[in-house]
Amino acid sequence: MDVLASLADGFAVALTWQNLGLALIGCFLGTIIGALPGLGPSNGVAILIPLAFTLGLPATPALILLTSVYYGAMYGGRISSILLNIPGDEPALMTTLDGYPMTQQGKAGEALALSGIASFVGAFFATWGLVFLAPQLVKVALLFGPAEYFALFTLAFATLGGIAARNQAKAVIAAALGLGIAMVGVDHQTGVPRLTFGEIHLYEGIHFLIAIVGLFAISEVLLFLEHAKGEAPEASATKLNRITAPLSMLKKTAGAMGRSTIVGFIAGVLPGAGASLGSFVSYTMEKRISDKDGTFGKGDPRGVAAPEAGNNAAAGGALVPMLALGVPGSGTTAVLLAMLMALNITPGPLLFTQQPDVVWGLIAALFIGNIMLLLLNVPMVGIFVRVLQVPTKYLMPAVAMIAFVGIYGLSGSTFDLLVMIGFGVGGYVLRKLDVPLVPVILGILLGNEMEKNMRRALTISDGEYSILWGSPIAITIWVLAIVGFVAPVLIGRFLRPKKDVTVSP
Amino acid sequence: MSDRILGGTCLVLALLYIYFATQIRVGFISDPMGPKAFPIAIGVVLALGSLYTLLRPDPEPVWPKLGRLGEIVFAVVVMVAYTYALPEFGFIISTTFAAGFLSWRLGATPFAAAIAGVGIALGIFVVFRLILKLSLAIGPWGF
Repeated sequence: MDVLASLADGFAVALTWQNLGLALIGCFLGTIIGALPGLGPSNGVAILIPLAFTLGLPATPALILLTSVYYGAMYGGRISSILLNIPGDEPALMTTLDGYPMTQQGKAGEALALSGIASFVGAFFATWGLVFLAPQLVKVALLFGPAEYFALFTLAFATLGGIAARNQAKAVIAAALGLGIAMVGVDHQTGVPRLTFGEIHLYEGIHFLIAIVGLFAISEVLLFLEHAKGEAPEASATKLNRITAPLSMLKKTAGAMGRSTIVGFIAGVLPGAGASLGSFVSYTMEKRISDKDGTFGKGDPRGVAAPEAGNNAAAGGALVPMLALGVPGSGTTAVLLAMLMALNITPGPLLFTQQPDVVWGLIAALFIGNIMLLLLNVPMVGIFVRVLQVPTKYLMPAVAMIAFVGIYGLSGSTFDLLVMIGFGVGGYVLRKLDVPLVPVILGILLGNEMEKNMRRALTISDGEYSILWGSPIAITIWVLAIVGFVAPVLIGRFLRPKKDVTVSP
Repeated sequence: MSDRILGGTCLVLALLYIYFATQIRVGFISDPMGPKAFPIAIGVVLALGSLYTLLRPDPEPVWPKLGRLGEIVFAVVVMVAYTYALPEFGFIISTTFAAGFLSWRLGATPFAAAIAGVGIALGIFVVFRLILKLSLAIGPWGF
């Protein structure tokens, strides 16, 4: 089993004191970020990338730190869902349905412990799925030429726009805006400046980190300003009696966890779906299967275990296309892709063959982070609950200032900070208008790569456009892209949780 | 109405984008597709999406009242002022004011907001400058 041998090498990379320490810090920060309403995994990781970058961490440790934050945020989202009925991030939306009723029945401790264990089960098995599935996908991806890659990028936009958006036309607008921004700067192949209007700052293009931090973090601050009072949600009323889950409860929910892990993982691997869909589908399915007495929605432990296992499994599954193909399937993995690009790592099949230590070190770190998160979360949940009580009127300014520090650290340029504020305002307006931000980010990230592949393909064919659909693989991808974009229009109403404006993208 | 404005704005943007894309100068050596084609294609896609939104708008979103909208504009002004203040007055002083203002507008009492501003500025300075050795803006007094 060469996969297991590679994984063992990965553990050798990850198991240093420095990396373990970073994983611990990442898990801790991540849980807090996930727990705080208004700071989701995308926002949290987005703010931290420039910081990790300016700290000058080498690639592997930086990756370990930030993916620990990512996994941690997935764990943290459930805390405020269960205690306050406010999802800490979007994937945790479904956990409120049964988690909060459990709190009302005085079973908050059990719900927290159970959801922690369910998160662990989901994430742990999904990471195994990643270990075995990603190398298989890499084998397929190695057959891809530029035309296939171009089709693949289109597929990513199509499914993201199709599944994740409520209005396909707006997803199209978002993707085009992102791609359009990516075009700004000197053309890599011919060296001519494009759409720079002679502004020297724009010659290098707009750095994706500036765009991401502006769109996610700054717009979030503006969104909070709409509501006058930045008070902390009421939490003190809940008393945590015991933070353990009785064995009988675990036994009862084992089936739910198992099923949801599988469903969540598949939802995560599919491009465009991500963790929100994972938790939504697992909850809905579990309700169909197990809800014989009508207890779901009234504090059924299975209703807590299912979405938590589902969303954490999806978080692991979403890493498969991101690492193996370089095409992220969800908002958070798009931000993780930004992180890889900031570290000068291009994900995709070549990453597995040329820099196996980075990939397998990362995967090993995911296993380590998982165990750390379980150990952190079950006994220390009290601390995280305390953090929830920080009022947003103090939290959001701090978030904004840290965003500024991160971007200032990148270049020290006033121009970049102004661009970031511009993106913040733009992000706010787009969010109000229900235009999804993830395709914008994806467009900025993938635009140049997409164009490069298309132009390479056309160079090979000497300008003959039919090369773009000239191979069976390419045709398959195009068909998937069309289905992925059109099918949700027909069946999408059943696949999507209702919108909640208080949660981050 | 909001959606029609969005669609209309993006449509104008798309047309401008296509126009500017056609103005890109192509060098002597170029690949068959050249640097123009892809941006033009993006402009066309943007135009299509905008047209649809213009003709079939979604229900109106809930916009904040004029007063709250003023708050948002004010916050943006504070942030812009902050970026210009950074090189002039250094990190700690600028951040104290910026964070304090934001915190005040988010509902803290002026006194609490002032303390929050100082706390956030010092906190970030200690963590990022003293512990993590990140480069922050340095004013005339070195902090």
